[in-house]
Amino acid sequence: MYGNDFPADDTSGGLLGEVEAAETALREAAERGRRGAAGVNPAAYFAEVIAADQKVEPRDWMPEAYRATLIRQIAQHAHSEIIGMQPEGNWITRAPSLRRKAILLAKVQDEAGHGLYLYAAAETLGVSRDELVDLLLAGRQKYSSIFNYPTLSWADMGTIGWLVDGAAIVNQVPLCRCSYGPYARAMIRICKEESFHQRQGYEILHTLAHGTPAQREMAQDSVNRWWYPSLAMFGPPDTDSTHSAQSMDWKIKRFSNDELRQRFVDMCVGQAEVLGLALPDPALCWNEERGAYDFTQPDYGELMQVIKGAGPCNRQRMEHRRRAHREGAWVRAAAAAYAAKQANQKEQANQKEKAA
Amino acid sequence: MTAHAEQTTPLAVQATPPTRQAAPGTVTNRVGFVLGLADDALVAAQRLAQWCTHGPEMEEDIALSNIALDQLGAARLLLTYAGEMEGAGRDEDALAYQRDDREFRNCLLVELPNGDFAVTMAKLLFLAAYQVPLYTALAGCGDERLAAIGAKARKESAYHLDHASLWVRRLGDGTDESHRRMQAAVDEVWPYTHELLAPDPTAPVDPATLRVDFDSAVSGVLAEATLTVPETSWTPDGGRNGVHTEHLSYLLAELQVLHRAHPGASW
Repeated sequence: MYGNDFPADDTSGGLLGEVEAAETALREAAERGRRGAAGVNPAAYFAEVIAADQKVEPRDWMPEAYRATLIRQIAQHAHSEIIGMQPEGNWITRAPSLRRKAILLAKVQDEAGHGLYLYAAAETLGVSRDELVDLLLAGRQKYSSIFNYPTLSWADMGTIGWLVDGAAIVNQVPLCRCSYGPYARAMIRICKEESFHQRQGYEILHTLAHGTPAQREMAQDSVNRWWYPSLAMFGPPDTDSTHSAQSMDWKIKRFSNDELRQRFVDMCVGQAEVLGLALPDPALCWNEERGAYDFTQPDYGELMQVIKGAGPCNRQRMEHRRRAHREGAWVRAAAAAYAAKQANQKEQANQKEKAA
Repeated sequence: MTAHAEQTTPLAVQATPPTRQAAPGTVTNRVGFVLGLADDALVAAQRLAQWCTHGPEMEEDIALSNIALDQLGAARLLLTYAGEMEGAGRDEDALAYQRDDREFRNCLLVELPNGDFAVTMAKLLFLAAYQVPLYTALAGCGDERLAAIGAKARKESAYHLDHASLWVRRLGDGTDESHRRMQAAVDEVWPYTHELLAPDPTAPVDPATLRVDFDSAVSGVLAEATLTVPETSWTPDGGRNGVHTEHLSYLLAELQVLHRAHPGASW
């Protein structure tokens, strides 16, 4: 099924190993158990739990800002999974082979599953999924800007897997060690599936890059379009990042935007060589001193524009989600009415039984 | 769910040398029969996949994708087998992507547009109520490959039937609006069920033998859902002979566009 000229089984550059390690650490921390109890000074206890690399759990006291930060971040992540179904969903009906159709359908389905899983993690913080969905639909909570770019060719299914899911994994693997237990556990599961997604994207591109001249061109065009938006997925440069410092102290975030971006670039260069595709950056070159690649930064002005709603597909993605929600309203209302009738009938039957 | 229809003449025929006459259960007949089932599943998968990201709730996006995946899986097995029986070197993709609408053998029901969620659930209910006894009968037939496919697919179809039945009950007995929509959907789709059960004594499983199971599955659900079957003598058909509705050509145009734009490419 796969070519044998792949760099390694794990195209995520060893990150899958880090997910495993995070899972082991999580288990060990649970076995160690947390020392002490919240007692009279819950704030001090919270700080101790964080310092000891233990997990904060839903019923624990936590600073309101910690709760708010997590809700914002987990919700944004959940929204990204749900909105992120659209660009790939765009090619399911046109997938060029039945095998590819099945894989893509399963992948988009996984994303819906991740979304639900993350909404459930957010709900442990005392907010409901409906509230969060309303915030998304009202434009008051964001999703990842990458999904505001269009999928113009089949090769984009490969590039999204390789670069977009690849960047997501680099971003998310450290979250497997996040201080909030439910989020950390959700991320372990999600990262494992994302790694599979990344691999299938890489395989699509590998097939195209070794296919007909037209397929090869399709693949290169796609990488050209997605490279810089993928780099922008790590957010603004550290000097401009507003949420980073506090999140690092709380161990929600473990590495800075620029550190993660560098790690991603270093991971991609060798893989692009194996694919035989060029990364569209003439300045890309190995820096012996730093032990890392120098590269051109993405256009952060463009990123800010897309975040503000002026990307190529912001309006389309939001309208699509709003329409599905609006057009499904009568179905959800029917399900609720039916459930209420059923409950009512059960109640009456019970009363009859009691009376008899 | 049903007693196995032990009409396994094809196996005996398979061993005999090809005859000029299309006797009951000849290989040609069987290829046509299997293609019919394969195309039902493929076209149903394509329609259900169109729902992806449009579902009325997120759980339903997952469920409909899941059912689409099941149908696609069955389609791939059946197409591969049809291609092997045909012996002309066509694989699943050649059959899915290189045939024109007049060569497709699916029933008209599956190619009808998705409509609203009620129409989709009506289509799924009727399709699953047909596929469950069909695959069950195939699971007990003398053709090993078909039996294996039937054994796998019937479990999946039972889940599809369950899912559609639940929704038809919720919508039929939900709100006034959902009842109105669900009844309209049944009225619209019902005439197309006739073709599913049209007799074909030469087939490995004669669809007419599935009538009892189909009726009992459907009538129970509709009654609980406070829905009625329309009285009509209109019984559209033609799909099994490659004469389709106007919708199929568009569906295939979308399904085949990329594959056909790159002749000979692998993906």
